[in-house]
Amino acid sequence: MHITKDLVAASTTPLVLGILAEGESYGYAILKQVGELSGGRLEWTDGLLYPLLHRLERLGHVDAVWRTPEGGRRRKYYRITDQGRAELVEHHHQWAAVTDALQRVWDRAQSVGQPVAPVRPAPAG
Amino acid sequence: MDEDRTAIGHDDVEAQIAEWLAYLHRRRELSSADSEELEDHLRNRIAELTEAGLAPGEAFLVAVKRVGSLDALTHEFAREHSERLWKQLVLSGGGEEPHAGRTDLLAALGWALAAAVAVKVPAAFGWSLQDDPAFYARNAGLFALLPLLGYFARRRRASHATMAVLAALGVVGIVAANAYPLTDDAPVTLLTSLHLPIALWLTVGIAYVGGDWRSGSRRMDFIRFTGEWFIYYVLIALGGGVLAALTLGTFDAIGLRAEDFVGSWLLPCGAVGAVVVAAWLVEAKQGVIENMAPVLTQVFTPLFVLALLGFVGGVLWTRSTVDVERDVLILFDLVLVVVVGLLLYGISAREPAAAPGWFDRLQLLLVVAALLTDAVVLVAVGHRIGQFGFSANRTAALGENLVLLGNLAWSAWLLLGFVRTRARFAAVERWQTGYLVVYAAWAWAVVLVFPPVFGFS
Repeated sequence: MHITKDLVAASTTPLVLGILAEGESYGYAILKQVGELSGGRLEWTDGLLYPLLHRLERLGHVDAVWRTPEGGRRRKYYRITDQGRAELVEHHHQWAAVTDALQRVWDRAQSVGQPVAPVRPAPAG
Repeated sequence: MDEDRTAIGHDDVEAQIAEWLAYLHRRRELSSADSEELEDHLRNRIAELTEAGLAPGEAFLVAVKRVGSLDALTHEFAREHSERLWKQLVLSGGGEEPHAGRTDLLAALGWALAAAVAVKVPAAFGWSLQDDPAFYARNAGLFALLPLLGYFARRRRASHATMAVLAALGVVGIVAANAYPLTDDAPVTLLTSLHLPIALWLTVGIAYVGGDWRSGSRRMDFIRFTGEWFIYYVLIALGGGVLAALTLGTFDAIGLRAEDFVGSWLLPCGAVGAVVVAAWLVEAKQGVIENMAPVLTQVFTPLFVLALLGFVGGVLWTRSTVDVERDVLILFDLVLVVVVGLLLYGISAREPAAAPGWFDRLQLLLVVAALLTDAVVLVAVGHRIGQFGFSANRTAALGENLVLLGNLAWSAWLLLGFVRTRARFAAVERWQTGYLVVYAAWAWAVVLVFPPVFGFS
């Protein structure tokens, strides 16, 4: 299944913030988690995650530190800030409103018998 | 949970990664930290893919493809870091060698501070700026340029022989400004205040090139430095003017009079300190920012050509003679100085091997127009010079005119040869860099020989 560019773009910030809310992480691991959460259906252009992370850093939603794991390469780790958590809550409210409204649309369409499958909404991650 | 299987072990993939990184490094939008982050990502992806059974070469290709088009990526980075598209000169001295940059900045600030202290020392012995302005006028070049001389001599690690020559010239400058019994309002006093800075500036040139003053290309470097330094100094002076005006205004608003502080501390100390600071800025930004003087040259050369041709045309059209006032020669000396400057900075930015182009023809036209203009003036002055007599000022003005005229006449000849592809451009360049010696000789002659010849009062 293909998810349109606009939807991907709209969901990146809450996804990244949500993943970082569970603990600090780095670019590649974040991408892996996005893949797992969406069951592989949410495909990002890998590189574009990094400008996004830098933007969140500039806005103060995340902090970044360079750390060198033992015997490994230097790597940039990102950690959510309090401001980032507040932003995540805000995103959550907005998305809840959107999905609520959409859910009603799907329900109504179902009741007039129009095929707007899937019958079951997409499995939550 | 960190999978650090980053070692791929295949040399060809390593080579491909290195190539990819080199490509990233060429993008100004990406800092080296960004490429490091992307490299880490790429290696993780390759490790995962090879683990899943792909050959390393294939894994590299897939990983690169998944990173996405570099154009799109750099576009996003540029949106996020637009400041990187502007080459920044930060006062920490730039990113490559922050430590060396800082040492250098401290050295420059040290010399600037020394200059600021030196300019206040005479006041401690009773020669204040208000009481004895002529003393400061005669010595302005020394106050401003001796610290710069020291800065470059140290920075270039000049040899002992060079140091000795520089010290000797500095002492000669001090003697010339102070040993002659010059009265304050004598014409030669003014000449000394104007020519000693020129003589000392060319001495700074010896320090700038680290003693290698015979080399034409090093001299050209010093010419480039001079143009950039001048622009930076003017900019700093503008900023200093704003600072002084605001200081006066704000203190006045709370009933404190800051005139004395601004007049006898801020302006003199700032003026001499800025000489070294501007030089340091030029040094620090040399490789970072495009030279400005050649850009201004390109803008103003056509305009000056029009102005000079207009002047010559006006003389022919109205058949009017130049109104030979006493100072007319000085005005036209300045015209020639500007023309030589335009010529010089046009040359300084030119690729010597390039074929003659429209700008070379324009420069030839500029020089010819300047020669015509000066000929008109010299003819007019020639009729009257006997009547006025050879005072110190007039002799100096005439001498300067001839020095510049000589330069331009031969430049015109060389440029003509070049435009007609009979001569190489290097000849024009060599002529200009060689001529610096003439300027130095003339400036020192005015400083050293004019006072005894024309009298001290």
